[in-house]
Amino acid sequence: MSEHSYLRQLESESIYIFREVATEFRKPVMLFSAGKDSAVLLHLALKAFYPEKPPFPLLHIDTTWKFREMIAFRDRRARECGVDLLVHTNPEGVERGMNPFDHGSSLYTRVMETDALKQALDANGFDVVVGGARGDEEKSRAKERVFSLRSQAHRWDPKSQRPEFWHLFNTRLRAGETMRVFPLSNWTESDVWLYIQAENIPVVPLYFAAERPVIERDGVLFVVDDDRYPLVPGEAPVPRRVRFQTLGCYPLTAAVESNAETLEQVIQETIAVDSSERHGRLIDYDPTSSFERMKQDGYF
Amino acid sequence: MAEKENIARNTPRRQLRDDAVKGLLRFMTFGSVDDGKSTLLGRLLYDTGVLFGDQLAKLQSGSQRFGAAEIDLDFSLSLDGLEAEREQKITIDVAYRYFATRRRKFIVADAPGHEQSTRNMATAASNVDLAIILVDAEKGLLPQTRRHAYIASLLGVRKMVLAVNKMDRVRYKQSVFEAIRDGFMAVAGCLEVDDVKAVPVSALKGDNIMHSSPHMGWYTGPSLLDLLETIPVEQDLDGPMRMPVQRVVRPDQTFHGYAGTIVQGAVRPGDSIVAVPSGQTTAISRIVTFDGDLDHAVAGQAVTLVLERKTDISRGDVIAAAADAPEQADQFAVHVVWLNEEPLYPGRPYHVKIGNCTLTGQITELKHRIDMNSLDQLAAPHLDINEIGYGTLGLNRAIPFEPYGKCRTLGGFIMIDRFTSATVGWGMINFALWRATTVPWQYLEINKAARADLNRQKPVVLWFTGLSGAGKSTVANAIAKRLHARGRRTYLLDGDNLRHGLNRDLGFRTEDRVENVRRVGEVAKLFVDAGLIVLASLISPFSSERLMVRDMLEADEFIEIFVEAPIEECERRDPKGLYARARAGEIRNFTGIDSPYEPPDNPELVLNTVDATPNELADRVFTLLEERGVI
Repeated sequence: MSEHSYLRQLESESIYIFREVATEFRKPVMLFSAGKDSAVLLHLALKAFYPEKPPFPLLHIDTTWKFREMIAFRDRRARECGVDLLVHTNPEGVERGMNPFDHGSSLYTRVMETDALKQALDANGFDVVVGGARGDEEKSRAKERVFSLRSQAHRWDPKSQRPEFWHLFNTRLRAGETMRVFPLSNWTESDVWLYIQAENIPVVPLYFAAERPVIERDGVLFVVDDDRYPLVPGEAPVPRRVRFQTLGCYPLTAAVESNAETLEQVIQETIAVDSSERHGRLIDYDPTSSFERMKQDGYF
Repeated sequence: MAEKENIARNTPRRQLRDDAVKGLLRFMTFGSVDDGKSTLLGRLLYDTGVLFGDQLAKLQSGSQRFGAAEIDLDFSLSLDGLEAEREQKITIDVAYRYFATRRRKFIVADAPGHEQSTRNMATAASNVDLAIILVDAEKGLLPQTRRHAYIASLLGVRKMVLAVNKMDRVRYKQSVFEAIRDGFMAVAGCLEVDDVKAVPVSALKGDNIMHSSPHMGWYTGPSLLDLLETIPVEQDLDGPMRMPVQRVVRPDQTFHGYAGTIVQGAVRPGDSIVAVPSGQTTAISRIVTFDGDLDHAVAGQAVTLVLERKTDISRGDVIAAAADAPEQADQFAVHVVWLNEEPLYPGRPYHVKIGNCTLTGQITELKHRIDMNSLDQLAAPHLDINEIGYGTLGLNRAIPFEPYGKCRTLGGFIMIDRFTSATVGWGMINFALWRATTVPWQYLEINKAARADLNRQKPVVLWFTGLSGAGKSTVANAIAKRLHARGRRTYLLDGDNLRHGLNRDLGFRTEDRVENVRRVGEVAKLFVDAGLIVLASLISPFSSERLMVRDMLEADEFIEIFVEAPIEECERRDPKGLYARARAGEIRNFTGIDSPYEPPDNPELVLNTVDATPNELADRVFTLLEERGVI
């Protein structure tokens, strides 16, 4: 990659943001979901602080319904990179047996993702959380700041956002406030894939096509990742060649039919595909502006 | 044109191999929705294949018209689309959109809404390399266009493209385009702009957006997208090297480096550098990155520099080419864009973040504000939200800087409210007014400590704040008499008395009150330096200015005493008859009546004058002074 290429420019900006976080805040943490954006984020964190290790731990919110391969990848990457990994699951949710089937995706997501995240942040006293969200994902993301303020209750107030001028990030917090920081704000999905390719960044194999046990419901393909998936009578997983564009909890993440087995093929497919990426996340398609509401509520 | 063919609708998707080398251009569009701003953006996204099927479907269902030949996607649907915005009828200042062609990646900073506010335009402008100035061909050059061009240049955007839109509505007439173009060039000639191009387009029909228009054979220049793809973007590679230090890297005893982003010039191992402000010189020994040491690095790159000799450097300092170091100053001529409901008052201190430094500063003087309609320079006692002013920025210490026009990073600053932590202002340094190095501090042998010693007392300021009639002067007087009787050297600064001399030019508007307190604070500081116990008795209604005086002094030298009495009681006492006159409308801006009083949050002492006599209250002050070893 040439030093003038736009990927290098994006990389340098993200590094600048990481360094600002580590220098201006008391106790940072980085969310690590084990997805491709997280993989890029971790790579950038390693670059930003070299020869130091990133001066903050990774945090994974484990809903207990993540793909097994994601959990394995998460543990392996944290070990390889020599960074601390914190894993938090909402114990109340586990006690109540929360799952996306019986409780519906929005209640489940609130308890197992949003509430769990707030618990982990409050318990550890983190004042800043770095995440891998991108501006091109969703319209409320396009309007969110790189340094995005949260109230004491972790709420996002879109109308009181601080204007952001060229590389001048206001990092000041009042008592109880926290910050969410998005170093990949200016990256698009293609940028992420092209950077993964250019930098040879490991990603979880679920992004590549393989034969997996699939059921089809209302035209949406789901991979049955373990035997907890409640099948209706007569329903049986069928092996199909599928891959994922985005990764979350396996019962809420749609697979796509694909033959893209290599990074090269995934990139070709990503850029040619006629569907935006969050389409594969079923939680967004609840009521209008649901994503915005979830964010106001404290979802990452 | 084979080249053109390649940039057909689908091609960006096939141009992957070029991604590693293509550059990045950030731009914004000035113009209103009526000029076709949303349509233009929609057209660019559509032609470059960015709109996905499902996004398109969402837009179509909300748009009035949509056909294969005519694109009339209402982008306000996607860009102004937050629920919070719809409910509250507000628009959030800037949204970013992304698209790419085989030559460049583009980031569009879109300041949405029908009317673009100064605040929104400023936010977008600080983040872009180029501005598209959109003009409706039917309406011609409007005062608004002149305003947009002026604002763009004022905010530091040095490249402009004039897009004369809706050419289809004037039957693609060359004369219409040329008249608008010539008019605009005359305007641009008076502005600080490096590069202006003009292109006739129809965003609706797609003429000259991506492809040359078959309807305008008379126009032989590049299409809008061609322009955006080829206009050179400055890399700041030529100037002398500058790297503001973001972070000192010291994982263990064996490694000592300085992390930062090079903002200007280039650097190689062996290059001589100077650390500013320490002035120490040494050479670069290594350029360290995760990917291995580099043999050179240029503006835009985030690196870690290791120096040959141990050097005194901390965050915010600048590592610069030894032969050409940046100047340092603490007083600047600046433009300020005010972003906050609460106005900017000259003299009021804020946190100022510039480069990687955060320090305290204030706009010490406002020379004028710029009327956004007439572009006239008007007198400005203060700045309201969305106003742009020109004045003097004073910082509490000298910093290395560059004019904003030369370097955004070392010449741009934000102002942060010290109480709410909100970003309240954004500014650009034009030039330094006062080079701190030219007026060095004179070293004086008889200093504060020596004078305090001779007086056998610890100099402090007792700052009495409270409503008019609360009893500040009465209590201060009682204390001054007792201190004097004990042989202590004191001086009482009485707010009313000072208004007959030092502050006789000041009235009672907020900006005057801010200046009033600042002057009294400076005088108090001098008297403390002279070794005196200073009693300052003035309403000083605002927390900001009391904090400013506290900051002027050393940590234990400022004792804030809140003299408290309910407004009804003060009004009943009315020793000078001022409340009666304020109620009668004879006096305006009277604290407690039509001007606010902000009680202190954490004063060192609260004296309630309703339940105690002045002598009892003086006892309490004495106890505190004894506890603190003042007397």
